[in-house]
Amino acid sequence: MKHIISIRDLDRPFIDDLINHANHIASQHFNANSLSDKILALLFFEPSTRTRMSFEAAMARLGGTSISVGSIEASSIAKGETLADTIRVVSGYADAIVLRHPKEGAARLASEFASVPVINAGDGAGQHPSQTLLDLYTIQQSLPLDGIDVGMIGDLRYGRTAHSLAYALSLYRCRIHVISPKGLELPSALIGELRDRGTEVIEHEFVEDIIRELDVLYVTRIQRERFPDSASYFDVSSSYKITTELLENVRSHLIVLHPLPRVDEIEPAVDALPYARYFDQSKNGVPVRMAMLQEVLK
Amino acid sequence: MTRPGPAAEGLMISPIKNGTVIDHITSGEALNVLKIIGITGTTTESVSVATNVSSNKTGKKDIVKIANRELCKEEMDRIALIAPRVSINIIREFKVYAKRGVERPEFLLGVVRCPNPGCITNAHEPISSRFEVLPHGLHCMYCDWLITNDITGHMI
Repeated sequence: MKHIISIRDLDRPFIDDLINHANHIASQHFNANSLSDKILALLFFEPSTRTRMSFEAAMARLGGTSISVGSIEASSIAKGETLADTIRVVSGYADAIVLRHPKEGAARLASEFASVPVINAGDGAGQHPSQTLLDLYTIQQSLPLDGIDVGMIGDLRYGRTAHSLAYALSLYRCRIHVISPKGLELPSALIGELRDRGTEVIEHEFVEDIIRELDVLYVTRIQRERFPDSASYFDVSSSYKITTELLENVRSHLIVLHPLPRVDEIEPAVDALPYARYFDQSKNGVPVRMAMLQEVLK
Repeated sequence: MTRPGPAAEGLMISPIKNGTVIDHITSGEALNVLKIIGITGTTTESVSVATNVSSNKTGKKDIVKIANRELCKEEMDRIALIAPRVSINIIREFKVYAKRGVERPEFLLGVVRCPNPGCITNAHEPISSRFEVLPHGLHCMYCDWLITNDITGHMI
């Protein structure tokens, strides 16, 4: 039984195969009834728009059915049921479970109690492997993944997408440039681990110092909920912004990615530039999640 | 009759008839070793502790003697987390019955509490903490948190 819990569990051949599979799907090479006898349970203990809808869309495109809890407040979870028990029960109703949960490690726990495959759709500040896979998929649509220069800007401390992506890029010998407001730097333990794995991680104070040498710029949102008050949030969130001026004279093949939702990190005028790929990235969630569902349900 | 040499320092702690002697503990870690094996102020074992005694190997070391208790393998391996060079002597009738080194365990199950308040192992779930023992620390196998110092402080 195959679970997809953390990008750390996946090796490069698996990721490359999954990306190739998603490429086939995107070019309409898939059986629209391949999962017609399957039921997917969506267990979302936290709000989600893109991840939840794209998993539902992916399941529907493959002919399968999705079931979900209407609202957590009206469910047995509100009555104090453990996640372990919920997972055991839902395993009896569905052929696979997609889980989003506020606690880190929740998906790992779920995989230990489930009798069906579990896909982690984000656990707290922890892992979000389907986002990382679609990030890699989007990059390889424009560039080879090997040996490129990837800049990561924003909340690199709490942003789970940044952690997972940085780890995945280490499989491809990329150089990682990190730019973040004070206090929101990539955790030093992760930087140490990446360097131990032979990945060059370079810290910059200003994005202007490096923007012209990047192949990919990955922008993340500052999470308002991390700050005690609005003033300190606005201080930090206004400390960087991707603008059309900033993108003058960058490499012609640069791509700008963002896991969305964005707030003010990227000005709307950037959307019209050829570098902007964040809406493609979001759309790519469907073929990548179709490939993931076929992988765990095959 | 030979002249006695410089006054021998003598044993700072007396021999035990039965029990365990933990020798070559990293200087200053004796009390943490006791904590790791669950010996607190309320336990009944007779325990002797010597800290910062001279050692030919390491300059200074700590020693712990526990009367009437033989440590099991799991307890010995826990000690390896903070004092990897200890030697453990099981004593029976004042003689060394067995002499053992320690090995750092590969995994720790239910031994250390994850310091990450957001970790699922700190929620009300029917699981124990699980850590992978790495050269530079302990890695939580649920939330990926890395404990690099004060391992004893996180022991359950």
